[in-house]
Amino acid sequence: MHSVMQQPFKTAVLILVWGWLLFLVLAPNLLVVGASVMTRDPVSFLSLPLNLDAYRQLFDPLYLEVFLHSLYMAAMTTLVCLLIGYPFAWALSKVGKQRQLILIFLLIVPFWTNSLVRTYALKLILATNGLLNSALMSIGLIDEPLQLLYTEGAVIIGLVYLLLPFMILPLYSVFEDLKQELLLASHDLGAGRFSTFVHVIVPLTLPGVLAGVMLVLLPAMGLFFVPDILGGSRNLLVGNVIKNQFLDARNWPFGAAASIVLTVTMAFLMFAHRLSKRRIGEEGA
Amino acid sequence: MGMDSDLFCEGLVRRFGSNAAVDHVSLDVPAGTFFSILGPSGCGKTTLLRLLAGFDKPDEGDIHIRGQRMNDVPPNRRPVNMVFQHLALFPTMSVGDNIGYGLKRRKMPLAERRKRIARVLEQVGLPDLEHRNPQELSGGQRQRVALARCLVLEPTLLLLDEPLGALDLKLREQMKVELKHLQKQFGTTFVYITHDQSEAMVMSDQVAVMRDGRFDQVAPPEELYREPATPFVAGFVGDNNRLSGELVSVRDNLAELRLDDGVLVQGRVASDNLQAGHRAELYIRPESLVLSGDALSAGYSSMQAKVRTTLFDGANSRVEAETCGQPVYARLPQDGSAPRLSADSSIRLAWNPALARVFGADSL
Repeated sequence: MHSVMQQPFKTAVLILVWGWLLFLVLAPNLLVVGASVMTRDPVSFLSLPLNLDAYRQLFDPLYLEVFLHSLYMAAMTTLVCLLIGYPFAWALSKVGKQRQLILIFLLIVPFWTNSLVRTYALKLILATNGLLNSALMSIGLIDEPLQLLYTEGAVIIGLVYLLLPFMILPLYSVFEDLKQELLLASHDLGAGRFSTFVHVIVPLTLPGVLAGVMLVLLPAMGLFFVPDILGGSRNLLVGNVIKNQFLDARNWPFGAAASIVLTVTMAFLMFAHRLSKRRIGEEGA
Repeated sequence: MGMDSDLFCEGLVRRFGSNAAVDHVSLDVPAGTFFSILGPSGCGKTTLLRLLAGFDKPDEGDIHIRGQRMNDVPPNRRPVNMVFQHLALFPTMSVGDNIGYGLKRRKMPLAERRKRIARVLEQVGLPDLEHRNPQELSGGQRQRVALARCLVLEPTLLLLDEPLGALDLKLREQMKVELKHLQKQFGTTFVYITHDQSEAMVMSDQVAVMRDGRFDQVAPPEELYREPATPFVAGFVGDNNRLSGELVSVRDNLAELRLDDGVLVQGRVASDNLQAGHRAELYIRPESLVLSGDALSAGYSSMQAKVRTTLFDGANSRVEAETCGQPVYARLPQDGSAPRLSADSSIRLAWNPALARVFGADSL
C-alpha cells in the first residue's frame, strides 16, 4: 500500500544521488585523470598526444622537496592539534551538559565566517606591527617586534587555527563513549592514573585519534590560501603547487597529475584508517 | 570484631546532601562467606559497595578488611576486587590480557603470569580461550572471565555488583548455581549486591536486607524466609499475603486478629509493639495456605475467600482469591489433591498459626 507512495520518492532520491555522484564527482575526477595524461598547450591548455610526462615531472627533486616539506608542516599541524585537542576533548566530555553545549557551540561559531577572512584576521595579529607584537612590546617582554609572519610557524599556526575543531570533534565523541566503569575497573585491578591512561584510555580513544588525524592531516596539505597569506614564498603546500600550475604556470597536465597523486595518497590513508578501525574501533560495542 | 572476619564495618554513613544513602550500617562477614546485600533499587546498596571498593569515602564509620582499617586506602591498594554490573572487560585486550591486567600491575614476570592465567581459566571452566577477544564470547563466558580477572589476584574480598542482571533468565539460573560453586571452590569471601531475592536466597550464606540506607535484617536465607524480622522483609523476601485487621489478644506468643469482615484469625507474634485494639498485619505465605473442604486440623485458623482466577504455572500454580477486598494467593498443588475452582466460587483457606507472622501496623 505504501509502496505506491514510496516508489516515486525513492526513485527520485536515487536518481539525485547517483546523478550527483556521476556528474559532480566521477566526471570531474575523470577529467582530471584525462588532463594529467595530456600535453601542455599554451593556447588551449591541453592537447594530444597522451603521455606520462607530467607524472615524471613530479619526481623532480624540486617538487619532491615541496611535497616533503608540505607533509612535514601538515604533520606538525596534526601533532599540535592532537596535543591541544586531546586534553580539550577529554575536559569537554567531563563538564556538565549545559557547559558542554556552550563550548561546542563556541567551537562551531568560527565556521560561520569564511576561512579566508579568518586567515587575514590572523595576519593582522601576527604582522610586524600587529596585535601580538604590540602587546608583547607594551608589557615589555620584547624590545623589537618579532618576525612572526611569513614563517613556517605562521603557516602552522594558521593551519592549526583552521583545523583544530576537526581534531576535537571526533575525539570528543570517543571520550563521550568512554565507559566510566572501565576506568574504575582498571583502578580496582591495581592500576594507578598513569597506567590507566596508557593501557586503557589511550587504546579506547585511538579510533578518535585516527579519525582526527585523518581530518587534519589531509586538508592540511591542501589549504593553499594559508601559506599564500601567512607563509611567504618558501613555505608551500602541495595545494599551492597545484593551484600555481593551474592559475599561474598554466601547466594543466602537471597540476592534474599532482592532484591525482594527492588524492590517491589520501585515499590510501583513508583505506588504512578503515582497516585499523575494523581492528580496534568497532570492537568496543 | 570476630577473629576471622574478612570484612568488618561499623557505623558506616554516606550522605548526599541531606539524604543518607548509607545510614549507620554495620556488618561483620566471616572469612569464606557468601554474603549478599539485598534491597530494592535506591536502597543504598550500590553506594555501600562503592565504599567497600574504595571508589567513595564514608562520612562516618570505619571499614576494616582482615583487621586493617581501609578508609584511606585507595582502590588500587585494597585487597578487594570488584565484578562490575556490566563486567567492564577491556574491549581492546584479549581474554588473557584482561585476566593478566592486575598481575601485570603487580609487576609479575610474564612466565608466572601465563601460568596463573591458564590456571584460573581452567578453574572457571574456560580453558583455551586466552587469545579470544571478550566480544567473541557468550554472556556466560564473559561473566566467568570477569570473575577470573578478579580471582586471579586472590583478593580477600570479592565484590559483585549485580553481574547477572544482563543475562537471560535461563543463563541466570545456571550462573547462580555456578557462582555458588566457584565461591566454595576458591574459598574467597564474596559480597554480592542484588535486588533479586531469588539470587540472594540461592547463593548466599548470609543475606542482609537493606532499605533506605539501613539493614532491616541480616540472617541466613532460610531464617529470612521463615522468620522475617520486619514487615518489609516479610513482603520483600519471597511471596507473602498480607491481611490487616485489629488486634484482639496476645496469648502464649500467639496473636489473634479480627479481620475487617469480622473473622478471627491467628498467627505468631513477630514484633513487640502489639497492643490490643491497635491495627496489626498478619503475613502468611501462599504455600502455607491450605484449601480445606471441611475437615480442619485442630488449632488451624481459616477464612472464607472468593475465587478470582487460577494461575497455572506448573509447580508454582496458584489461586488468586479475595477477602475483605484484598487479594490473597494460595498454592495449588498439582498432585491431583486440589479441587477444581471456578471464578466467584467460595473457598475456605486455612493455615497453621505457627506459620503466620503478626506485626504491629506501625512497626517499620
